[in-house]
Amino acid sequence: MPFSSLSEIKTRLDNGETTAVEVAQLYLDRIAAHNEQLNAFVHLDAEHVLGQAQASDAHRAKEGARALEGLPIAVKDIFCTQDGPTQCCSNILKDFHAPYDAHVITKLKEAGAVLVGKTNMDEFAMGSSTETSAFGVCRNPWDMDRIPGGSSGGSASAVAAALTPAALGTDTGGSIRQPASLTGITGMKPTYGRVSRRGIIAFASSLDQAGPMTRTVKDAAMITAAIEGHDALDSTTVADAPQLDWLKACEQRDMKGMKIGVPKEYFVEGMDAEVRASVEEALKQCEALGAELVDISLPHTHLAVAAYYVIAPSEASANLSRYDSVRFGHRCDNPEDLLDMYTRSRDEGFGSEVKRRILTGTFALSSGYYDAYYLKAQQVRTLIQQDFTQAFEKVDVIATPTSPITAFKIGEKTDDPLTMYLSDIDTIAVNLAGLPGLSQPCGFAQNLPVGLQWIAPAWREDVLLGAASAYEAATDWHKHVPAAFGGEV
Amino acid sequence: MTWEVVIGLEVHCQINTKTKAFCGCATTFGSEPNTQTCPVCLGMPGQLPVLNTLAVDKTILTGLAISADINLESKFDRKNYFYPDLPKGYQITQFTVPLVEHGHIDIVTKSSGAKRIGVTRIHMEEDAGKSMHEGLDAVSHIDLNRSGIPLMEIVSEPDMRSSDEAIAYLKNLHQVIRFLGVSNADMDKGQFRCDANISVRRPGEPFGTRTEMKNMNSFRFIKQAIEYEIVRQIEVIEDDGKVIQESRLWDSVKNESRSMRTKEEANDYRYFPEPDLPPLRVSQLEVDTIKASMPELPHQLRARFETAFGLSAYDADVLTQTRELSDWYETLVAGHPADPKQCANWMANELLGRLKEMNKDLAHCPISAQAFALLLDRIADSTISGKIAKDVLDAMMETGVSADDFIEANGLKQVSDSGAIDAMIQTIMDANPKPLETYRGGKEKLFGFFVGQVMKASKGQANPAMVNQRLKEMLKA
Repeated sequence: MPFSSLSEIKTRLDNGETTAVEVAQLYLDRIAAHNEQLNAFVHLDAEHVLGQAQASDAHRAKEGARALEGLPIAVKDIFCTQDGPTQCCSNILKDFHAPYDAHVITKLKEAGAVLVGKTNMDEFAMGSSTETSAFGVCRNPWDMDRIPGGSSGGSASAVAAALTPAALGTDTGGSIRQPASLTGITGMKPTYGRVSRRGIIAFASSLDQAGPMTRTVKDAAMITAAIEGHDALDSTTVADAPQLDWLKACEQRDMKGMKIGVPKEYFVEGMDAEVRASVEEALKQCEALGAELVDISLPHTHLAVAAYYVIAPSEASANLSRYDSVRFGHRCDNPEDLLDMYTRSRDEGFGSEVKRRILTGTFALSSGYYDAYYLKAQQVRTLIQQDFTQAFEKVDVIATPTSPITAFKIGEKTDDPLTMYLSDIDTIAVNLAGLPGLSQPCGFAQNLPVGLQWIAPAWREDVLLGAASAYEAATDWHKHVPAAFGGEV
Repeated sequence: MTWEVVIGLEVHCQINTKTKAFCGCATTFGSEPNTQTCPVCLGMPGQLPVLNTLAVDKTILTGLAISADINLESKFDRKNYFYPDLPKGYQITQFTVPLVEHGHIDIVTKSSGAKRIGVTRIHMEEDAGKSMHEGLDAVSHIDLNRSGIPLMEIVSEPDMRSSDEAIAYLKNLHQVIRFLGVSNADMDKGQFRCDANISVRRPGEPFGTRTEMKNMNSFRFIKQAIEYEIVRQIEVIEDDGKVIQESRLWDSVKNESRSMRTKEEANDYRYFPEPDLPPLRVSQLEVDTIKASMPELPHQLRARFETAFGLSAYDADVLTQTRELSDWYETLVAGHPADPKQCANWMANELLGRLKEMNKDLAHCPISAQAFALLLDRIADSTISGKIAKDVLDAMMETGVSADDFIEANGLKQVSDSGAIDAMIQTIMDANPKPLETYRGGKEKLFGFFVGQVMKASKGQANPAMVNQRLKEMLKA
């Protein structure tokens, strides 16, 4: 049961073989047993979880089951929830309680889901390893000395170790897909504008997008179907976005006639040889399923990381200005004057990676530098978008590794931010182009999970889900579980 | 050697929408602090702006009224700075591509006659909250009711050459805005705020270094501040000094300005495109629809009052100062269509004068335009004389009584019975044999004396025209 998929649990609940309370209790027990080691959850109110489960069972009995009735879903600490604290794993928001639910939280509640606590993350989602969290590093269930990726590392770790069957993450430069890859689970970033950002603490507004982290492709589709859709209070969601049949897309079992683009820029030096072998093996499997592999080029790929690390910090520098200690959040003791209050509160509240990005962004937007950095980065962004547009004239979908390497050791890259930034080299361009991307497990390298990334044209998540479902049906990588967590409690 | 003054003006004008620019909070003035706020205008985490389209429409209407171009695609940007009454740490504004560009306002001044002042742009933005420091010890209080209220910033070209021109421009703009109904533009409530960029130069030379004068909340203060700054700059230069580019704050109590911050101390606002709002797109059809809804503007109204009603330029100007005035006047003319000029005279001189004495505005006038029209009817049909009508108006203003009721109750009806008037004249003639003799001896100046006596005897109720006519005849005999 703990490693069952969301849809398997749903079937059991629908058949009356179990109850939401039993399911919730099972995962609460696992969290109690394992979270101390993993540090995947930073907040959990067991009673509140059981209360939701009871209400869900009552709803099922009285009015029938909703789409996610009784299914436990954990959410990253970046989603505002009326229940419990929302801290973005930052000291500046320590003990902050939002008086509102994020739009996607409302949607999950309306679908009958049982929300299971808040998961660990890099502070303000700034990181690729969940090491910048103010609440301590999160660990990878496949190797406790290693990071789970980031920034949605807590959600990834929790799903991989079956402390929850599914979780929500957010993805600004790969923060769903990269940790999914490093922990052997499935993660999807929908098209920018597909899912409302309202009530999600903003990192980089033009890039942030929420999405599911699950054990299977179908589970990802189930959750996305529940949370997606136009929100009149988020002007960047699209009112007339193409509607998809999310579950039907997951019924695809072959790849006949599908043209898969394989961009050479994603298979370059510095890539782990075993990772490369796994991904190439996966591509062969796709060929065997009827797909045609097409060599393509996305010529501006090498500029993506640089452009991203101008645009994202620039937006972040403004987005994080509201943490000024005036209305909420951490305030220093006995400020001497306004400037002292600002500087000391922010100095005490923000961690060093967040400060680095605020400084980078502030610099990039400064008078005299704007054209050379921000404007140039936006031009690169346009070129990257054009790369994809041209590629999708030739192919239906693009396949790449999700990360050039497997999970690295805790502390290995913390002193070298530039190397850390390169962890997102395979995922960032997708955010810059606003496209949907999905990572699914496709093998192991050094006994650590390897992820296969699918990229589709905007609004074509059905293409991602179709390809990934066909691959998943033909392989069993998604069924592997980390040995230390495989047994029952 | 003479100096030329160069003035450009920036006006921040509150758009009078019911709700704020980017959230649904009310915009009512004067509410208890922080009662008109929500997570959006408090800058809470994860909250997003949603543009108030009514504010867009009103900005477009303003642009069209000053013959400006409407950009069918404009953009929002973030202006970054830290201040406790700026909740997000940035203001959403339009920097690179404003909604409105290239308009103008025509002014007339005594010194330089008719002149066209360019309007560079009108862009939309949100207001900040209010910080309060006075009377507090070691703390400040913040009221965020104003945070997020929609503003238009109207930026002129540096086309004005005197404080008179600047004031004429501002008054004209103020009047247009009020006529359009896009803002209450109440300066006391900070709904129409002006910053002035001022420099001086020798004629023909390039622009001098400018200073920005802030915090002027009445036309009088603006004029004073501009004139003060002109003198100050000229003195600086004539003393071989240099004008420093800076922002200066007008102190209306001390009648002087002081430096607020120099260019070096100025914020770097780090403008960049607002990623939470897509570009603002409006269609030509929408613009045309708004254009079709354009009300008559002051200058059009003035022209119509002159041609259709035969008013003097002065009266037309007085009666078109506000939409309220012109509406009242037109209602009055509708009630007393026979003599629009008489309507204008009585309204401008008698009614507005009395209101001013009573310290009331037209909205709180005790009588309606219809009731006023009936009073003018009674003059026209000779029921009462103009002189009596003024007394009647006094009573109407005081108690709200109708003209007819007051005339009836006080027996003020004009005497037009020739027999009665002849009898009165005869009585006066009998009582004043000496003046009569003198008059008949050729001193015709005494005619006025007899008129006065008769009118007095009739308590002003005798029909003056008839008195004149009969007196002339009877005195001769």
